[in-house]
Amino acid sequence: MAMDRTTLVAEVEKAFGARITEKDLAGFEPFLRCEPATWPELARFLKERCGLDMLCCLTGVDRGKGQGLEAIYNVEACDAKRCGISIRIRVPLDNPVIPSVEKVWQTADWHERECWDLVGIRFEGHHNLVRILCAEDWEGHPLRKDYKSPDRYHGIKNNVV
Amino acid sequence: MADIHDQEFGLGDGATQDGILLTRVDQLINWTRKSSVWPMTFGLACCAIEMMATGASSYDIDRFGSGPFRATPRQADLMIVAGTVSHKMAPRVKRLYDQMPEPKFVMAMGACTVSGGPYIKHGYHVLKGVDRIVPVDVYVPGCPPRPEALLEGLFRIQEKMERERLLDKTRCGARPKVLVE
Repeated sequence: MAMDRTTLVAEVEKAFGARITEKDLAGFEPFLRCEPATWPELARFLKERCGLDMLCCLTGVDRGKGQGLEAIYNVEACDAKRCGISIRIRVPLDNPVIPSVEKVWQTADWHERECWDLVGIRFEGHHNLVRILCAEDWEGHPLRKDYKSPDRYHGIKNNVV
Repeated sequence: MADIHDQEFGLGDGATQDGILLTRVDQLINWTRKSSVWPMTFGLACCAIEMMATGASSYDIDRFGSGPFRATPRQADLMIVAGTVSHKMAPRVKRLYDQMPEPKFVMAMGACTVSGGPYIKHGYHVLKGVDRIVPVDVYVPGCPPRPEALLEGLFRIQEKMERERLLDKTRCGARPKVLVE
């Protein structure tokens, strides 16, 4: 079922055309870029038609300098080597929303929660988007560039005396 | 004979040949207490691996009467805080400490529990020293401390136990202050 990367990219481009906004297959991590709105359809396509049945990693990045936030999905096939690809989706800092893909790859459930917790990307359609690492009442998203650690947490001083 | 008794029990010079042992209540109870320190079983991070090594056969903390790691705070009298305490974990650690019966002792094991360690500047999630939530009796620095260092910490705890005065209402060794305001 899984195809090699060149065929895979050709298939995706045939199906999605201009909705794939950027392509880089030469780098260390070959990636395609798309808009958030395209993502659920593309995810389903990658899993059902291209055989990429494993979401290895979901990384959230704050690009800084007004470039907004980015989510990077690494998808692979369990039954073949070197056919995986990563998908990058960029969202603005003031409205960081990406449709959830937990229905496509179940493992996205916790990955998306972590990404929400630390970087603050909201995954629309996630059934339980709550913090997974920080305490429930934590404020802010710690891996954002503009994050400031709280002076106190529950009355406990956080600064160094 | 008297000498041998002294060495074996460390109960002072009261042992005689007639099977009579003269000592003070304080000394007797402190001796039993320090000879069976029951630490609580919990490890928070990598220091716990070193704590397990201390309990295993190579270093064998049992030799010093501190073998039985208890799975409940209510049976423990020593809390070894082994590992990074995050802000999320801090209230749990505090609660475990509160559940331990008096007299209780706390050992801060490793750089993280002593001061926040490598997370001291940029660790938004790390408590900067466990002494901000519970009173610490002995600090064992290191990252992580070797088992020998942990054993040395245990000896210091035992020395503190020897200095307890049981008939006083307050403990003789004054409790260290908690830094939280």
